[in-house]
Amino acid sequence: MADTIETDLRNFITENFLFGDDSRAIAGSDSLIQNDLMDSTGILELVAFLEDHFGISVADEDIMPENLDSIDRITAYVTRCQEEQVSRVA
Amino acid sequence: MRLDAFLRASAARHPDKTALVNGETRLSYAAFDAACDRLAASLVAAGLKPGDRVLVFMDNCWEAAVAIYAVSRAGGVFSPINPSTKADKLAFIIDNCRARAVITLDRLAKVAGAALAQAPGPGMMVIAGPRADAAISETMPDGVAAQSFTQALAPGEEAGTLPQNNDSDLADSDLAMLVYTSGSTGQPKGVMMAHQNIDAASASITTYLRNTPDDIILNVLPIAFDYGLYQLIMAVRMGATLVLEKSFAFPQAIFDLMRRERVTGLPLVPTMAAMILQMKNLEPGFLPDLRYLTNTAAALPPAHIARLRALLPGVSLYSMYGLTECKRCTWLPPEDLDAKPGSVGIAIPGTRAFVVDDDGNELPAGAIGELAIAGPHVMLGYWENPQASAACLRPGTQPGERILMTGDLFRADADGYLYFVGRKDDIIKSRGEKVAPKEVETVLHACPGVAEAVVVGTPDPVLGQAVTALVVRSDTTVKERDVIRHCAANLEDFMVPRRIVFRDSLPRTDTGKISRRLAAQTLDAKTLEAAE
Repeated sequence: MADTIETDLRNFITENFLFGDDSRAIAGSDSLIQNDLMDSTGILELVAFLEDHFGISVADEDIMPENLDSIDRITAYVTRCQEEQVSRVA
Repeated sequence: MRLDAFLRASAARHPDKTALVNGETRLSYAAFDAACDRLAASLVAAGLKPGDRVLVFMDNCWEAAVAIYAVSRAGGVFSPINPSTKADKLAFIIDNCRARAVITLDRLAKVAGAALAQAPGPGMMVIAGPRADAAISETMPDGVAAQSFTQALAPGEEAGTLPQNNDSDLADSDLAMLVYTSGSTGQPKGVMMAHQNIDAASASITTYLRNTPDDIILNVLPIAFDYGLYQLIMAVRMGATLVLEKSFAFPQAIFDLMRRERVTGLPLVPTMAAMILQMKNLEPGFLPDLRYLTNTAAALPPAHIARLRALLPGVSLYSMYGLTECKRCTWLPPEDLDAKPGSVGIAIPGTRAFVVDDDGNELPAGAIGELAIAGPHVMLGYWENPQASAACLRPGTQPGERILMTGDLFRADADGYLYFVGRKDDIIKSRGEKVAPKEVETVLHACPGVAEAVVVGTPDPVLGQAVTALVVRSDTTVKERDVIRHCAANLEDFMVPRRIVFRDSLPRTDTGKISRRLAAQTLDAKTLEAAE
């Protein structure tokens, strides 16, 4: 599950923030902001993508570096949101 | 007073007060001033002479603040460069101002090294950041004397003697900084500001903002952009505290920081205001210590003003307008927001702003003309570009006075309040920064598969204007993202087109010239939506 999330995320970042340039290696722990991969309008695009693609709802207070500033953190965040949704439905 | 003298004075007044907060780093005024002395001495020891140009190619970090003041203290001229600048443009600037040194960060050293290989000249580099030593060995071309920021700050026996300690003849009228700005010709121009220009502008602005040493200003705007840079200059002048952050990408994190640091002043551009207003969970008064907000670069929509005021009751909102060539032109007193909606206000204290016709005659209220600016904040001119300087500076009525023609069309109301009408040229304002369509078009024309291109600004709720390119392809397999990727590799971030609209041909004037105006007209809302 987390593997798929990470793959989809990497594709999104490559397509939208690097415009298809897949030559740049991004480590899972790299800060997207500090490494200039994402700017303040990019984050809005990222949030819209997470909501559309993973069917989660990103609360304003979740838009924090600890949730969204690296591929590892976003993967963990999306996984957490999906698990919470499942447990609510159950 | 010279720029660095304000730091000295604030350090003498309250040495232990916090001057700068940047992530984990907190610098007192005494520490800031001492770091500035040491870096200045290192630069002088390495051969920097008064008047030498030094590029500060860094993002918002405490080292950049030290670099700016250290260059001044060494008698040099600093030029703040946007950290997303690519090697070709950096090489152009190095060559244009014959930079003697470049101060940068480890992660930007590759770009700086590539620029230095193209435009050899600066014999000196100072590189900050944890990987500075590796960056020096990996990226510096031969013949460049590079040292790490840490080395440069270490008290050494070989430190040079600072010019002002040497009873030299440094003057307030000396050139202090060069700010490169986009020109309609597509070539960046260096706006020349003397120490006394900066002194005058910062005195005027801190007066109307009623800044005091108790202010704590949070700045996320790039200090390579004069609006961001002046937050540092004004904080140091007042002996206030500056909280320096790199990005507004995580507004919640910034708000937490503002509450922790008890921030009193927040400079905005409309993009940031739009981001704040997109948030759903903000309660009125969520920034309890905030005293004022400022906005410039482009007007805030009236609906945004109303919502900001509702969210931040009791906070003064200053609408302002300016351009790099004089730093700031006008301000609207917050108490006039309701009476003068849409106005950018009146001339900043100690200056004049008036609307003139093509012959320079002042126009009566209601008439549309070009805004002219006079005062001690007006630039000296463009660096080694007398033609461009002559095009926008006219002699004033006082000896030595220069009147700046802004290139912006305005009208004044009966009370003298000014209203922005439009640009005289094609400059686009996106994310608060100026974009010259010509500069973007030059890059597009070098893109494989692009036959011709024209660039226009289109309305955008978050960016103000979005950079939009109409492109005719010579190779129809070229996709939008290929074109954008090419632009991203060659232009600063804010210049990269957000949208590419492919066309079979571009609209032309009767004389056969591609027309930006006609091109813009062909972009109706539907086309833009389809291009999303």
